[in-house]
Amino acid sequence: MELEKLRHGTELIKRGFAKMQKGGVIMDVTNPEQAKIAEDAGAVAVMALQSVPSDIRKEGGVARMADPAMVAEVIDTVTIPVMAKARIGHFVEAEILQSLGADMIDESEVLTPADNFYHIDKTEFTVPFVCGARNLGEALRRINEGAAMIRTKGEAGTGDVSEAVRHMKQIMGEIRELKGKTKEELIMVARDIEAPIELVIETAKMERIPVVNFAAGGVATPADAALMMRLGADGVFVGSGIFTAEKPEAMAKAIVEAVNNYDKPEVLAEVSKGIGSGMKGISVSSIPEDQVLQTRGW
Amino acid sequence: MRIGVIAIQGAVSEHVEALERALSERGESAEIVAIKHSGLVPECDALVLPGGESTTLGSLLVHEGIADEIKEAAAKGMPIMGTCAGLILLAKEGDSQVEKTHQNLLSLMDVRVNRNAFGRQRESFEAELDVSVLDSPYNAVFIRAPAIVEFGDDVKVLSKIDEFVVAAEQGNVLALAFHPELTDDLRLHRYFLDRVFGR
Repeated sequence: MELEKLRHGTELIKRGFAKMQKGGVIMDVTNPEQAKIAEDAGAVAVMALQSVPSDIRKEGGVARMADPAMVAEVIDTVTIPVMAKARIGHFVEAEILQSLGADMIDESEVLTPADNFYHIDKTEFTVPFVCGARNLGEALRRINEGAAMIRTKGEAGTGDVSEAVRHMKQIMGEIRELKGKTKEELIMVARDIEAPIELVIETAKMERIPVVNFAAGGVATPADAALMMRLGADGVFVGSGIFTAEKPEAMAKAIVEAVNNYDKPEVLAEVSKGIGSGMKGISVSSIPEDQVLQTRGW
Repeated sequence: MRIGVIAIQGAVSEHVEALERALSERGESAEIVAIKHSGLVPECDALVLPGGESTTLGSLLVHEGIADEIKEAAAKGMPIMGTCAGLILLAKEGDSQVEKTHQNLLSLMDVRVNRNAFGRQRESFEAELDVSVLDSPYNAVFIRAPAIVEFGDDVKVLSKIDEFVVAAEQGNVLALAFHPELTDDLRLHRYFLDRVFGR
């Protein structure tokens, strides 16, 4: 077969990649050693970044794409997919990550935005993107820009799951509200939530957003992960929650098992035993408004 | 008739929907069971191993006690279809990528697989494929796909891309390196159901 007959980077391939992650846990890692621990624990992918969100919060300053040398090392170390974060609107960081071989790019509010008006045109890339969202309109705007996967924004680096819960319930509730609406009513909804009409109609028809929808932003324990699955998440991102926990290996394994057994409280009780204390965290209500990450992007 | 779909992780609902559509086309009914725990595989008449991440799938299959159940069922002749990661799990041996994660292979096919034979996600592709059991080309979706690189005499090759075998069968086991559950073309699910229902 001649190579020019192979079609790369199609919508089907990008969204298909995200579907292979369903029911899995994607873990933030900052070096190859952590990536290996994540892979051994059963992560479906790792997210390579310079510091975990809770450290980004503490350190302050401008948070950027990770050191390409570290991303490359992580890629060489594990067999599972490697994702990496680019700043909102920073298409050059995204191009660099794509050239390194990152399997998916997270255009992430955890990093300091590079563009206060526009997100990256993700249709221009061969690799798929995941983007954060707080509500249905935001999710559909990102999908319209080419995102192949959506995650709740939650409030990253807090270990406080309440914002992820709020965003997941918001999105699921807005989808339920579409049910039974006529086309003209859906057009009105599209106008209200500032989302493309075709995507609103498609969401109404499918009774879900047209791409995989993960939970992220504050998930810190096996019970948190199971809670997000119960609320309808297709899978879970765990950021600071693993490698700032007392026993990262145990926490990572327990969260993987919790996602596979999210509807079985007796199994969740077992896997939650003896895994040490979770990340200390910080409650969302105590964060000054100018340090809130979820309001980055729109 | 009961068809199990291993539901630990990956493209589970897509396989369930494809099977439901293929069944209703044939006018046959079967119960489709999503399997996350042990005890269900022995109750099934056929089994699908979907795509996902093979390292994760392999270890959870063992951890949940499903791996041995699949091996026993296969030995009794249960029709099994594995796609992408499912193909890796069906294999007898794998390349260094498979070895280094100590992946738990089910060893149901006499084949050796390369885990990401075509490269990473940016190299993932769609292509029109000639499949020997279909009468016209099939648009196949390959996502970080594996391929069979060595196989025994009992393995029947159904499709190849260059030297890579991307569809094959051995007795009751059918393995596809790509994702028939991601497109509307149901011909390979139909082919599998033909085997399940004995034509």
